[in-house]
Amino acid sequence: MKKDSKKQNKSVGLVGWVDERFPLSSFIKNHLTEYYAPKNFNFWYFFGALALFTFVMQILTGIFLTMYYKPDAAQAFASVEFIMRDVSFGWLIRYMHSTGASLFFVVIYLHMFRGLMYGSYKKPRELLWLFGVAIFLLLMAESFFGYLLPWGQMSYWGAQVIVNLFATIPFIGPDLAEWVRGDYLVSDATLNRFFAFHVIALPLALAGLIMCHLVALHEVGSNNPDGIEIKDTKDKKTGIPLDGIPFHPYYTVKDLTGLTVFLIVFASIIFFAPEMGGYFLEANNFVPADPLVTPSHIAPTWYFTPFYSILRAVPPILGSQFPGVAAMGLSVLIFFFVPWLDKSKVRSIRYKGILYKKWLTAFVISFIVLGYLGTVPSNIWGQFSSIIPLLGGVDIATFVARIFTLIYFAFFIMMPIYSKKDVTKKVPKRVTM
Amino acid sequence: MRFFVIIFLFFSSLSFSAENIELSKAPIDLKDNQSLQRGAKTFVNYCLNCHSAKFMRYSNLQDIGLSAETIKNDLLFTGNKIGDTMSVNMSMKDSKKWFGASPPDLSVVARSRGADWIYSYMRGFYRDPARPMGWNNTVYVNSAMPHILWELQGEQILDPKTNKLEKFSSGKLNAKEYDAMIVDLTNYLVYMSEPDQLKRKKMGYYVIGFLLLLLFLTINLKKEYWRDIK
Repeated sequence: MKKDSKKQNKSVGLVGWVDERFPLSSFIKNHLTEYYAPKNFNFWYFFGALALFTFVMQILTGIFLTMYYKPDAAQAFASVEFIMRDVSFGWLIRYMHSTGASLFFVVIYLHMFRGLMYGSYKKPRELLWLFGVAIFLLLMAESFFGYLLPWGQMSYWGAQVIVNLFATIPFIGPDLAEWVRGDYLVSDATLNRFFAFHVIALPLALAGLIMCHLVALHEVGSNNPDGIEIKDTKDKKTGIPLDGIPFHPYYTVKDLTGLTVFLIVFASIIFFAPEMGGYFLEANNFVPADPLVTPSHIAPTWYFTPFYSILRAVPPILGSQFPGVAAMGLSVLIFFFVPWLDKSKVRSIRYKGILYKKWLTAFVISFIVLGYLGTVPSNIWGQFSSIIPLLGGVDIATFVARIFTLIYFAFFIMMPIYSKKDVTKKVPKRVTM
Repeated sequence: MRFFVIIFLFFSSLSFSAENIELSKAPIDLKDNQSLQRGAKTFVNYCLNCHSAKFMRYSNLQDIGLSAETIKNDLLFTGNKIGDTMSVNMSMKDSKKWFGASPPDLSVVARSRGADWIYSYMRGFYRDPARPMGWNNTVYVNSAMPHILWELQGEQILDPKTNKLEKFSSGKLNAKEYDAMIVDLTNYLVYMSEPDQLKRKKMGYYVIGFLLLLLFLTINLKKEYWRDIK
């Protein structure tokens, strides 16, 4: 750090030539070598970089897959098998892409949980959070469109179910669903447009939003596990935050370690369990799509199941399924409001009181339980016996999903109350390691 | 807490669906080339008349130790070339008319059904005069498929009281030989569903070995850089 922080020497040679025409050196300085990140990042701070890595990997493997994949209802399934068998290392690229999709969500969920734990959405990082939630939304759309492409039974009927959700919207619903599908049922037209969305529209939008997310991050600076603003305590001479260290090389080498661990997990799945027990690649998706045969149990991929559970938990009102659809939409969109729902004086869970800790734990448990229930049929635990008043004949799993749906929403809706009431601890001036 | 009490109280009123069929574990071994070769022969001789495996190339069978010569002489009957995929000439329309359902393509059937299902299914046929083909199956009830291997296995009947299969007449093979044949066939179908799977696992050890080495380096690199951070 001592070496060249104050030297204002201009670059020479090729870099100098470029610098006169393009802000190369200043870009590297502003975003890497002189971007000061808090020195107390812990385990939870790996997942942002890992998400970026996964995004790039999905793009790269996706490019190679499109070289052989055929977006045609008559050829799609066969072209995937062609990739798996006849293309050199096609199976590797395909498994990287399918495993990458699931791990992307693992990483993003952990990244979001980090934000909730350390209050990374609080002023001045509201916009950074909003960009993040928008990325999450687009990522859900991206994976939904991509899931149709293998054209297996689960692809087909999953898409059918999700598109039909739009049909429940009052008045415009049925027309809207038909407009999305481009046909009266999921068909070749649907496959082609989903392909277009999956390979160009959404990746482009995602790339743009990810850039905005990073620009916003570098504008306000990173939060940290203590939730302390490191810019408040600067070195008087240099103006560098005392608790900050240059992102490069400190965090590049640290993230490299995290990345290697991630790659070990990733490789273990790709090479030894690419189907991941039917959660990453479902057994039913090895049966070609058949519009005439509905599978007995349709479940979305695991990363959608918490929201799918909420959809199933809400009972229809006046014969309309719309309330469930609206609740599912709200369960995702509600993340946008978190920066304004949290009234706590402190950011990090380290200095928040017991109330927030309890609520966050309840939220995580409900997310996991709802996630599990979304993967199984709602009659999995049977029905309440008919002698029980009110509950008689109701599916037990549905009843449990309803309870946890309420907890899920209560975490957000009650946040202004419990975050204000919570007894917080005193936040220190400097970060703790 | 109260919620868990409610759950606990009503647990006795649970009713599980009785649709779960007990499957027998298929004792397959993908490294056993002899078994795979026997399975391939059974598959080509018995299954490939109605079922296709249209994503599998004959030439891939060289992976399980068959020479191009053997494949050409012993396994290619229909004038196919060795680089062709395993197709059948029966039209889907005809087979639908004959059997009530078209025989599905079997290229990836082991991935959708699983090895245990196939193993149990092929051992679960029994005589049922109520069915159009005269055969029914304990694993896939009212399956449209007749028992192709009945001359080998012999006939079974289902005891309606115990719901167990019983031997009705003997076939060319005894029970042990028949089961061994089905193990080979299942083994082959699992191999065919992903011909590169052994290569994949083998490669996995090298990749993870490399990554562990890399992890050692990156951990020490991080330590070296971070020495002065307090």
